[in-house]
Amino acid sequence: MSEAERPDPDAILAQMQREKTAATRGKLKIFFGMAPGVGKTYAMLQAAQQKLQQGTEVVIGIVETHGRKETEALTEGMPILPRLQLEYRGTKLEEMDLDAILTWHPGLAVVDELAHSNAPGSRHPKRYQDVLELLDAGISVYTTLNVQHVASRSDTVRQISGISVHETVPDTVLDLADEIVLVDLTPEQLRSRLAEGKVYLGERAEWAAKNFFRESNLTALREMALRLVAEHVDRDLRDIMSEEKIAGPWKSGDRLLVAVSASPYSERLIRYTRRLAASMEASWIVANIEQPRPLSQEEQTRLTRYLALARQLGAEVISTPGTDIGEALLRIARQHNVTQIVIGKPLGSRWTSFLKRDPLRWLMRNSGNIDIHMIPADESARPRPDPIEERLARAPWRDFGVALVIAAVVTALSLSIFDYTGYWAVALFYLLAVVLAATRLRRWPTLFLAALSALLWDFLFIPPRFTFYITHFHDFMMFGAYFVIALVIGHLATKLREREQSERRREERATALYRLTRALAASRDLDEALPKVLTLIKNFFQADVAVWLRDKSGLSQHPASMFSPSSKDESVAIWAFQKKQSAGKSTDTLPDAEGLYLPLVTGNRAEGVLTVRLAHPPTLEQRELLDAFAAQLAVFVNKERALQESREAQVARQSQKLQKTLFDSVSHELKTPLAAMTAALQQPQPDRAELQQAVRRLTRTVNHLLDATRLESGLLQPVREWCEPGELVREAVAMSGLKESTLRVNIAKNLPTISVDAHLIQQALGALLSNAAGHARNDQPIEVNAARDDSMLVISVADHGPGLAPGEENKVFEKFYRGAGTAPGGLGLGLSIARQLVEAHSGEIVAQNREEGGSRFSIRLPIGEPMQLPSEATA
Amino acid sequence: MKPIALIIDDEIQIRRLLRVVLEGENYQVHEAETGQKGLMEIASRRPAIILLDLGLPDVDGLEVLRRLREWSEAPVIVLSVRDDEQGKVAALDAGAEDYVTKPFSTPELLARLRAAQRKTRLEGEVSVFKSGDLIVDLTARVVTRGGHEIKLTATEYALLRLFVRHPGRVLTHRYILREIWGPKSEDHRQYLRVYITHLRQKIETDPTKPRLIKTEPGIGYRFEAGEAS
Repeated sequence: MSEAERPDPDAILAQMQREKTAATRGKLKIFFGMAPGVGKTYAMLQAAQQKLQQGTEVVIGIVETHGRKETEALTEGMPILPRLQLEYRGTKLEEMDLDAILTWHPGLAVVDELAHSNAPGSRHPKRYQDVLELLDAGISVYTTLNVQHVASRSDTVRQISGISVHETVPDTVLDLADEIVLVDLTPEQLRSRLAEGKVYLGERAEWAAKNFFRESNLTALREMALRLVAEHVDRDLRDIMSEEKIAGPWKSGDRLLVAVSASPYSERLIRYTRRLAASMEASWIVANIEQPRPLSQEEQTRLTRYLALARQLGAEVISTPGTDIGEALLRIARQHNVTQIVIGKPLGSRWTSFLKRDPLRWLMRNSGNIDIHMIPADESARPRPDPIEERLARAPWRDFGVALVIAAVVTALSLSIFDYTGYWAVALFYLLAVVLAATRLRRWPTLFLAALSALLWDFLFIPPRFTFYITHFHDFMMFGAYFVIALVIGHLATKLREREQSERRREERATALYRLTRALAASRDLDEALPKVLTLIKNFFQADVAVWLRDKSGLSQHPASMFSPSSKDESVAIWAFQKKQSAGKSTDTLPDAEGLYLPLVTGNRAEGVLTVRLAHPPTLEQRELLDAFAAQLAVFVNKERALQESREAQVARQSQKLQKTLFDSVSHELKTPLAAMTAALQQPQPDRAELQQAVRRLTRTVNHLLDATRLESGLLQPVREWCEPGELVREAVAMSGLKESTLRVNIAKNLPTISVDAHLIQQALGALLSNAAGHARNDQPIEVNAARDDSMLVISVADHGPGLAPGEENKVFEKFYRGAGTAPGGLGLGLSIARQLVEAHSGEIVAQNREEGGSRFSIRLPIGEPMQLPSEATA
Repeated sequence: MKPIALIIDDEIQIRRLLRVVLEGENYQVHEAETGQKGLMEIASRRPAIILLDLGLPDVDGLEVLRRLREWSEAPVIVLSVRDDEQGKVAALDAGAEDYVTKPFSTPELLARLRAAQRKTRLEGEVSVFKSGDLIVDLTARVVTRGGHEIKLTATEYALLRLFVRHPGRVLTHRYILREIWGPKSEDHRQYLRVYITHLRQKIETDPTKPRLIKTEPGIGYRFEAGEAS
């Protein structure tokens, strides 16, 4: 296979992807026409009838029969779903019942008028979105569409017919169609149908015949429709060829890049590029180069709309800051292997162009092997919004007022001192004023001040005074120089300021993101991170924030959320989560919702949904930042989840290990005394001492197991009562069964009464005593001390044994831990039980080596409030 | 005629052991391995003493105790396992005279048996109690040790009186509280140990090794008495 014939791996992958999703997705068949009245609905119903005959379950979601008998006859045998009644501002509206179809889940749904806009309050603003949901649910759809409703063609339709089309369907939806059926009529046939009243009735038909249905219009629309279907067929054919490995025109791997701005002309550029990309089978990128100059509210909304349109048409959208459009474009082009750049020929004012480097010329010189398409501006598409008003909006009258005041003040000052300084110095005062003004005022007022000051200087100061006339050549030179310098300085200073402002905004965004990252990094887990993150978002956007996270039952709101949305909004959250798409306010899906819902997506998995309730629709910058926040949060949630899972796995492993240890030591501790007892009993004269020892050991093992189990089960509730420490210790010593001669008990005087569960503390102390007895040397007593250490009562048991090995101080309290020097026997549970008992009293237990040898175990208990015994009289 | 002892326990080994011990004490021994059979035996044989295991296969031992207390005053000693303080306390509060913890020693069991039966003999008010050089005269409300009068607070005296009236028997915390302070006495629970300590300091020869008032960990206190008169 030659290099030129080699199939593009991307294309094969895409093909596979399409096949894979096609297996579960429903099939989309579009009945496509050039204009209303060509018989699309009729054709669609006929096809649906055929399907019905073949045994497919067909349901009519919505069909407009316009009362035509022959059309109505075709709906026979297909249930027509009742329409959903919606009320909007007092008007009753009817819409297709999407949920009813989803619940019914037929094999095929018939949905007329793909381009229809749904009534406010519906789930999606557009019917094609309903259709996409049906397809996702595995339901096939038959639908109808006219060419003027195709997004990339609507512009051309407007140019041809002069009628603006508002209801458009993105081209990506057409690309999804498995089949496009052209329902064709010649313009004459259509016009005669119109005349017969088969399309519209009465006056409306007459009006239509003179406007939209003009023969010239119809011819153009028909050509467009034919071409669009041909393109589609062409692509299908190529898909088949690549599937079947027929040598054919392989895709070149072209990638287009188009630069857009807030200019209304951008829309045309986007549509042009989309058409170009479609005909070349190329992917395309829409780049928005963020200029330092802040955008007005109107420009902002426009740009947002254009970028949304680009996404809708299937483009990849990149926003990047840059002062020089040419350089920024080339950078993006290189990074993304772009082969062709589409750029609009600017309509910009010509007089400023000599000041700046022309980005287009520069781009063409430096683009190397990247092709440049330059699209001339269409005068009709020239910004309706007038630049003057726009600019004045950005430079309000107040700024001009300030400029006037500055001019007046400097003039007054100059008039009073120019006798001493001469009129040349006055120019410097004015210049100073212009520079200072530029740091505060906007561009146009600054330039206004520059020009005004030049004129004032000329009129009031340059001789002959009080005329604009200049006598001396050097004065003329000075005036000229001043004029230019003032303008340039004014221009540069405002530009600097604008850039600084844009820097600051970017800085703010970067800081917000940085703080988010830091908050996430500093948090140990989700529950700690989420309140911080939500507060951060709240402060930055002045909005209420809530978050839903995925759990076993689906999706549930996290307690860190600042508000609980209505149940209606909750379904928006679920939609956003399931579809992994943003929804709610200021989006295309369920825009009536209170909040904006952003799914937290990592890879192909949604972890949850972030909701913000903003007072105003977010600007482009805010929206991007929100998306960035959501992305960061999603990664964190995902990471936390993974960590949690691995932690759980580790716990499971450890408990498995512990279980094995438990089993081993328990079986050993039970079997050993049993073996001893069996042996003792088998002797002719049973050894009583041996039997007693074995019984004691068995009893201890069983007791320890029972204690450990009880502590483990969490049933242990200390019953506190006031105890005198001395009594507590002596009782414990007495209960331990150790001989008094082996002990030295030392209890400090005046110890405060403490509130503990005496039984449990004595049990803990007993464990320490028994441990000490196991390690003590016979000739040295075990020392038991009770003393006060500030706010703690310390009861310690010390022995003169070998002491603890380094690092054992904590390990000795672990379950089943048995030190190297421990006498045989025992489960290694005693000290662990002691620790749990002490900790149940908010106390602590410490093991350490003594300087004089041996180890000391100390129980430290908080003393707390002193006891107040109810008063009473002596009997 | 020998007094009748009834053993209600599902473990044959325990029953066999108890039978040996009790027959040695001159009891006529009957056995029941379930709660239902036990109740029937009590009704038909009218035992002088009942040994009741709390963990029975059919009816909960505690339930057996409650039912039999509806019509029988026979003293009951509960057989329990270690770490079931709650069960023991519940049984004592439900009317059992005493308890022994398995594994138990024979002397311990016999002491409990005697104390439990003594109760019935002691229904009438005891007037004077003597132990060593300690004399408690309940009629005169005077306590002396070695001839010297001991000053007790009202609470201490009430406690001592309660102990003296129930020699050898375990008294649960709740029982003591209810007897001394009445039904709403839970507030005093945390101070009980302090009162006992004070009382011990006044009446015990060596308060660090009490011989009269013994602590039953997690249950209550037992007054180890000499003979009352």
